[in-house]
Amino acid sequence: MSYTALSALAVVVVLLLDLVVVRTRIVLTRQWWICYAICFLGQLAVNGWLTGRRIVTYADAAILGTGHEQFLGDWRVCYAPIEDIGFGFALVLLTIVSWRCWNARCAATPNG
Amino acid sequence: MRHLAYAAALVACLAVTVPLVPAFRLHRVRRIRRVAAAIGCAAAPFVVWDVLATRAGQWHFDAAQVLGVRLLDLPLEEWAFFVVIPFAAIACFEAVGALLGRHR
Repeated sequence: MSYTALSALAVVVVLLLDLVVVRTRIVLTRQWWICYAICFLGQLAVNGWLTGRRIVTYADAAILGTGHEQFLGDWRVCYAPIEDIGFGFALVLLTIVSWRCWNARCAATPNG
Repeated sequence: MRHLAYAAALVACLAVTVPLVPAFRLHRVRRIRRVAAAIGCAAAPFVVWDVLATRAGQWHFDAAQVLGVRLLDLPLEEWAFFVVIPFAAIACFEAVGALLGRHR
């Protein structure tokens, strides 16, 4: 599967996990969206550094744009392929879902 | 110095987010084992994805801009990425929670 498909799939899977499977319902809170907005800016900076400097490069076939880096356009945002936004969203949301679960679990056990 | 390029991004990320813990008195984030467990569960599927995508040639890491230690084809920095970024997300989420006056 291309990075494009995998990235979209990751977003859907983590959203389903949050809303239906684990029911942490993080995405329904204001706290999440403020947190994500901040993380998104951080992602643009870190990703921009990693892709703009060509520390990480992408295969043409895996992404919507070409392997050529540009600041904006050709499916690139701040040098990074648009797919990275899905990857980042899924990673940050899964982290918070997991964090919520471990907190609930630890709170239920003494000395957790 | 060029081989420190990736590591520098991670250090910068920690430099911004670690101070959130004392600044907002994020007591829960001080519970190292709990933070580690949460990060481990969230990062694991993404590490698998990363290893497979790297092996499939979907993306590539510039050998000149990483420290040179590789594990399962991923540079050491990429492994650290999956600890640093989830930590940053947790610290940010908790700091926003503190600002919104949520203690749970």
